[in-house]
Amino acid sequence: MKRSAIRPSFPDRSEDPRVEVSLTVNGQPVKRLVSVRMLLSDFLRHELGLTGTHVGCEHGVCGCCTVHIDGKASRSCLTLSVQANGCNIRTIEDVAAEDGALHPVQQAFKECHALQCGFCTPGMVMNILSRFEEREPLDLSESGIRDLLSGNLCRCTGYINIIAAVKRAAELLGRA
Amino acid sequence: MKPPLFRYEAPRTLRDAIAILASDVDATVLAGGQSLLPAMNFRVAAPSLLVDIQHVEGLKGIEIKGDTIVIKAMTRHRELELHPEVQRLNPLIAETMQHVAHVPIRNRGTVVGSLCHADPSAEMPLLFVLLDGTMIATGPSGTRRIAAADFFQSFLTTSRRQDEIVVEAWLPVLPIGTGFAFNEVTRRHGDYALVGVGCTLSLDGNSRAQNVRLAACGISDRPVRLKAAETALDGGFLAEADLAAAARASANAVTQMDDVNTSMSYRRRVLSGLIQRLVPIAASRARGGTRQ
Repeated sequence: MKRSAIRPSFPDRSEDPRVEVSLTVNGQPVKRLVSVRMLLSDFLRHELGLTGTHVGCEHGVCGCCTVHIDGKASRSCLTLSVQANGCNIRTIEDVAAEDGALHPVQQAFKECHALQCGFCTPGMVMNILSRFEEREPLDLSESGIRDLLSGNLCRCTGYINIIAAVKRAAELLGRA
Repeated sequence: MKPPLFRYEAPRTLRDAIAILASDVDATVLAGGQSLLPAMNFRVAAPSLLVDIQHVEGLKGIEIKGDTIVIKAMTRHRELELHPEVQRLNPLIAETMQHVAHVPIRNRGTVVGSLCHADPSAEMPLLFVLLDGTMIATGPSGTRRIAAADFFQSFLTTSRRQDEIVVEAWLPVLPIGTGFAFNEVTRRHGDYALVGVGCTLSLDGNSRAQNVRLAACGISDRPVRLKAAETALDGGFLAEADLAAAARASANAVTQMDDVNTSMSYRRRVLSGLIQRLVPIAASRARGGTRQ
């Protein structure tokens, strides 16, 4: 066979053990048969087509893959989809209203020019949103906001406008 | 950056979990996964079987039994950090936990998982060594208590046997009048510490320091008590010269060689600086009686 020839039969599916997972994503029940090693981030993107959740570092440092698991901001790249069995997942696709009206956190990002390339933005928004939705008191001083954002890396903005957006979001949400 | 292949089990009872764990020497326990999954994504860990204990009955929550705070295996960092009774009875816990990674990691990661991971730069193992915490491990041959000082053996190595599950970790309530402080130096906020130091102490009627405890992470292959520094401070008035003497006495505790993060001599400087900064904070809190 010529070296450049394409072999006729690659396996069309993985031989990984599969397990059924059922969870709720953005309010909709979802059931899939997936590899045990499928990360929740890949489950959302590849199985469900929800590509708003971004994948940066895949080891929990960059924060781009942040989603809500049972209402709490979590790294979807550090969660197996089988671990999320039975959980309630919320992604960036569920944040704006159905008619496209932006959530106050998104509106604040827009007003303050808190994004440039936008790769980190979904993770930023999900993290900030969960902290506004928590009942815990929020430190909205400059250092408090920097602490809040410390688990999300942005390589464009230098964070100044993201900090401004958190302050603006607090105003819009009546939390300032 | 995807984990290598493994088998996965999610038992409902502790007995089943231990039996599954004992059936395969390369099996390991999955709790929150915030240390294990990055290690697997990097393929520095490749367990053949993951025993997910999140659905095991009886492993959730925090209980306060007398002077002991009982942290069950599936308790997430953030639950402990925000627990109002824990904040009142041992405020050092929440102060320390501000430095454990970031909130989204603390939402998923478990306290016991962090202890079993045993990173020598991690904050929670330090806290358990500082306060003489206890681990409760259950395996095929029963349940045993392990003192924190015996639990942390070496880099990422504990005295938990492969077929044991640490079902609880215990921390004491801080006695009334105890001053406390924790801080660390990191390259970036939320990173593992280059050096972290925790301190508790009380003062007698003449303002002499008593029951001084100091422990550090990031300086050795495990968290360590700084006994020489404690001895230098016990019974004294914590004057600047006493603090400097304690800092000098701790220098030999730093055994971590130069690595990608920093040098041994810098770790010594940081350790010395943290001791001299934190002991006065603990003393002023002991005077102020913040733990009522």
